[in-house]
Amino acid sequence: MTKETLNARRLLCPLPVIRTQDRVKQLKTGDLLEVICTDPGVMQDIPAWCRINGHKVLETKSCNHEYIIILEVGV
Amino acid sequence: MSKQRKAIALISGGLDSMLAAKVVMDQGVHVEGINFFTGFCVEGHTHAIRENGKAKPNRNNALWVAEQLGIKLHIVDVIEEYKKVLINPKHGYGAHMNPCLDCKIFMVNKAKQWIVENDFDFIITGEVIGQRPMSQTKSKMPIVAKQSGADDLLLRPMCAKNLPATLPEIEGWVDREKLHDITGRSRKPQITMAKEFGIDDYSQPAGGCCFLTDKYYSAKLVDLWKSHGHKDYELDDVMLLKVGRHIRPQKNFKLIIAREEGEGRFLEGYKKEFISLHCSSHAGPLALIDGSVSAEDLYLAASVVARYGQGRNAGQVDINVTDKDGSERTLQVKPLKNEEILKEWYV
Repeated sequence: MTKETLNARRLLCPLPVIRTQDRVKQLKTGDLLEVICTDPGVMQDIPAWCRINGHKVLETKSCNHEYIIILEVGV
Repeated sequence: MSKQRKAIALISGGLDSMLAAKVVMDQGVHVEGINFFTGFCVEGHTHAIRENGKAKPNRNNALWVAEQLGIKLHIVDVIEEYKKVLINPKHGYGAHMNPCLDCKIFMVNKAKQWIVENDFDFIITGEVIGQRPMSQTKSKMPIVAKQSGADDLLLRPMCAKNLPATLPEIEGWVDREKLHDITGRSRKPQITMAKEFGIDDYSQPAGGCCFLTDKYYSAKLVDLWKSHGHKDYELDDVMLLKVGRHIRPQKNFKLIIAREEGEGRFLEGYKKEFISLHCSSHAGPLALIDGSVSAEDLYLAASVVARYGQGRNAGQVDINVTDKDGSERTLQVKPLKNEEILKEWYV
């Protein structure tokens, strides 16, 4: 299991979702990905993308206008 | 046992593509969604930059539709490839800068490539004859099928009965009798279908799913092209057209002035690419200068920015100027009066 970080700051949705999708393709089941964004829309969109694609959101948090989502790659 | 057929549905986030996918899913076909991000999609969260309108759902409707349908959604970044479509559309523009027919051909072609690479059988769109004057007419639909290379692999379930049978119908992968014959701009048949499916929440943006159908956005794009002297663009260029008040007091520069805090925060991210201005003596918005400016232009720009701050009625205000390298200076300016900001300056 590895943990990677994706910098999606300054990108507007759906680009953070697209970058997440592209990075997840390179990861294995069980790997963790931390996505750091500045568009608050990701708090809706990345969890929605995870739900329909079988990945699990472990944590969402926001701090100083940054939005961080940690997800676990599904099967 | 017959092979499980698979279709990719172009999902815009609107009702028609949602219904088209649902109609085919209900015939036992495995459906996944595909959504292309051109940089001009209304579904982008650009509107979420603004603080206003928080009561509206902050969702991406394409993702939401996919979730309601219980299908996967593949979102594809086509920003670079889309430039060719927008800059030089073979079939021209619509009422504004919308190259709808070329756009549809492009997207169906991308979907065709996708089904080949992913071993899917056919493509679904939510197109309805007569729905859109440029791309969704009976005469234009065969053009999309042919020029995209999708040919008879392109199924339009909402109006299929008014079109020649496609391969999925001929081969019996779907039952043509269970497809539809909707035509025209009325939304009633779709609303009735939605009710029958138990779908009561859906997006129906008035101008469709693209900023290029918007008169005001298109005017800003044309202004951008004129000022650059060419039609090429970067994503940041077209993103900034969606943000702030755009004022061009001179040919050589324009101002992008934040309208509220969310836009100001967004424009902050561009301070290394543009000279920025903000009022330091009174509360006021952040503004960027797009273009090259002389000292005289800078004074004019600062006077315009001062008009949009709390010091608009003061005799003099301090405007902080930050260069791209971060160096700062302050200009004392007299805010322009409302009537001194000419109508033709507004882009």
